Amino acid sequence: MKRQRLLAVAKKEFLHVSRDWRSLFLSLAIPVILIMIFGYALTLDLRKVPTVVWDQSRTRESRELLSLFDGSPYFSMVGYHDNYEDLQLTLDRGHAMVAMVIPSDFSQKINSQKEVTLQIIGDGSDANTSRLAMGYATAVGRIYSSTLTAKRMQLAGKPHLNPPVKMVSRSWYNPDLRSQNVIIPGIIAIVMAVIAAMLTSVTIAKEWETGTMEQLISTPLQGPELIFGKVIPYFVIGMIDVTIAVVMGKWLFHVPIVGNAGLLFAMAAIFLTGALFWGMTLSIVLKSQVLANQIAIVSGYLPTLILSGFVFAIENMPVPIQCITYIVPARYFIAILRGIYLKGIGLEILWLDALLLTFYAGIMILLAHRKFKFKLEPS
Amino acid sequence: MIHRLKQMLIKEFLQILRDPRMRMVILGMPVIQLVIMAFALTTDVTDIRTALLDMDKTPASRELISDFTAGGYFQITHVALSQKEIKDLLDHAVVRAVIVIPFGFEKTMAKGLTAPVQILTDGTDSNTTAIVQGYASGIVTAYSNRKFQEHMEGQGMKKMAQPMDTVPIAWFNANQESKYYFVPSLIAVMLFIFSLLLTSIGIVKEKEIGTIEQVMVTPIKKIEFILGKTLPYMVTGYISMTIMLFVAFIVFNIHVKGNIGLLYLLSGLYLMGNMGIALMISASATTQQQAMLTSFLILMPCVMLSGFMFPIKNMPDLVQYATGINPMRWYLEILRGIVMKGVGLRVLWPAVVAQAALAVVFISLAWARFTKTLS
Repeated sequence: MKRQRLLAVAKKEFLHVSRDWRSLFLSLAIPVILIMIFGYALTLDLRKVPTVVWDQSRTRESRELLSLFDGSPYFSMVGYHDNYEDLQLTLDRGHAMVAMVIPSDFSQKINSQKEVTLQIIGDGSDANTSRLAMGYATAVGRIYSSTLTAKRMQLAGKPHLNPPVKMVSRSWYNPDLRSQNVIIPGIIAIVMAVIAAMLTSVTIAKEWETGTMEQLISTPLQGPELIFGKVIPYFVIGMIDVTIAVVMGKWLFHVPIVGNAGLLFAMAAIFLTGALFWGMTLSIVLKSQVLANQIAIVSGYLPTLILSGFVFAIENMPVPIQCITYIVPARYFIAILRGIYLKGIGLEILWLDALLLTFYAGIMILLAHRKFKFKLEPS
Repeated sequence: MIHRLKQMLIKEFLQILRDPRMRMVILGMPVIQLVIMAFALTTDVTDIRTALLDMDKTPASRELISDFTAGGYFQITHVALSQKEIKDLLDHAVVRAVIVIPFGFEKTMAKGLTAPVQILTDGTDSNTTAIVQGYASGIVTAYSNRKFQEHMEGQGMKKMAQPMDTVPIAWFNANQESKYYFVPSLIAVMLFIFSLLLTSIGIVKEKEIGTIEQVMVTPIKKIEFILGKTLPYMVTGYISMTIMLFVAFIVFNIHVKGNIGLLYLLSGLYLMGNMGIALMISASATTQQQAMLTSFLILMPCVMLSGFMFPIKNMPDLVQYATGINPMRWYLEILRGIVMKGVGLRVLWPAVVAQAALAVVFISLAWARFTKTLS
């Protein structure tokens, strides 16, 4: 590999990229837009679940219970109905996620100290949300229940008794459970995996499709020089994207970086190299921009989004799928990002993830190198 | 016209399906992705790896621990001896939760005071953390109530009935299994990705390699060109949707509860809208790279803001309104409505109207833009 020729290819590719201002703009705008969407619009926390009520009792007691629900941050009453059909229709239409049914003998039973049943109906078609919502509903119900017990004991003139056990929960690394703290580090991986593979997936295929590869072959240029030279501009774009993402995360969304920022960028560079060469390999093997790009997206976007542990914890997946996640490089990168961003740990703990990430990048470089035949094929 | 259109369609179909790799991408890929992703997209949390730091070591603390392990949610994999060890376990992510029972747990309760139990969770996974804390709180409250009753009986008081019992029921999906929710959504995502990207890139490719000029000198009219370029992808869209519905039935035992004819009809609206977007993209892009980056720029927000993974109801109001122009959002409502709830037009009409309006708007815009490029 000669440095002069390598730089010549890099310069040519730089010119290509900078001349096509639209692609250049898009490759810098996509990360910004993604981070804005994720940072502002998406949250995994559940607040103000729209709730409809069928209050069959309509008494002071039932209203007290309802105001307890409405006053909690989790529920917001959006409608009152007096039959099951209307409740069902509201859930069918998706106007409410939870329906509550208070039985007609509610206050009677409460006053005669019998156990009453409060029915909570959740829209199970959204399993995640409904499970959370029902958990909250049960908790609010318990609060009502225990307040009532305390009141009754007081009325009966019994001594005040403390609840025997109280749970104190603390979530480490993210004490307020801010979604952004978890999402922003993850989005860096998504942006890089997708942008990188998409950008390079077209480069070599384009030269074959438009016929300019033949001209390149007739020059003294060598295969590796072409591959590496072509990657350099995209590597620069990718690192700019990372910087944009980190800066926006820090100053716009106030996601703290507890660990070492230098390590963060070093790891990002390794991950980026792997992703760029994966796109390169696709381009080399498939020789078609449509195909290479399609596979780059399908192998980059969805797996990085779903199989990396970004939103869905890997431990919750079935074992065969967990095995598949080991070949998704974003899995290691996200573990590293979260480690650095939130836990403030370094290579002393993350060394295995870092090693596997480097290993993956190495394989990708080797693969692109091995698959690339820099000569004319007899047709 | 019919004749010319037919010729054009034959050419397009040949071009798309000639390449075996392309056949694989169009027909095989969505199915493979559907199966893997549907299994992966689970929010059911069980067997949480948990560390235990029991500093009390009394019958009362052991009873609480067995309550934790009995439910199937918590699995105690490590017994820690110190706070330092807990930090290590959480740093290395070998456990996701830690139960800490402090010294004097039993004694405090015996005195009639409240004994704290600490639950530490790994907040780097905020979704699971919320669920884990919910489970833990349920177990601790139940334990506390039981101890309370025992305590009262011990003091010779009459047992008191629990004032209220909350009974949760999930409609449409009694076991609240996430796959029923995610499989239909994944079908919508796959259809979106494939119809948008393939169509827009397909047209731009003719521009980039120059064959579009050859098409322009033929007597083919604009409408024939557009139909010829989009119909094949409508057809492949329908084929891959059928395959995916079939796989959903075989692998996940999800069958369409509502009217399947209606589903196919309304899916046509969705595909048509996507074709409109793809045409708009291809009218303005000159290289395939531009076309795919633009497609991706549109695709990402549409997927994220469709209610697929993140509920729309949790988004800021302004964003909620903005999702109105997202075709995937309406299609998801239709798809979930027909597949899972088994409802029909009586309930879905707003989504159908929105979907149809979007398709009309996108196609007219594309039509207007195309005139400029071809003239």
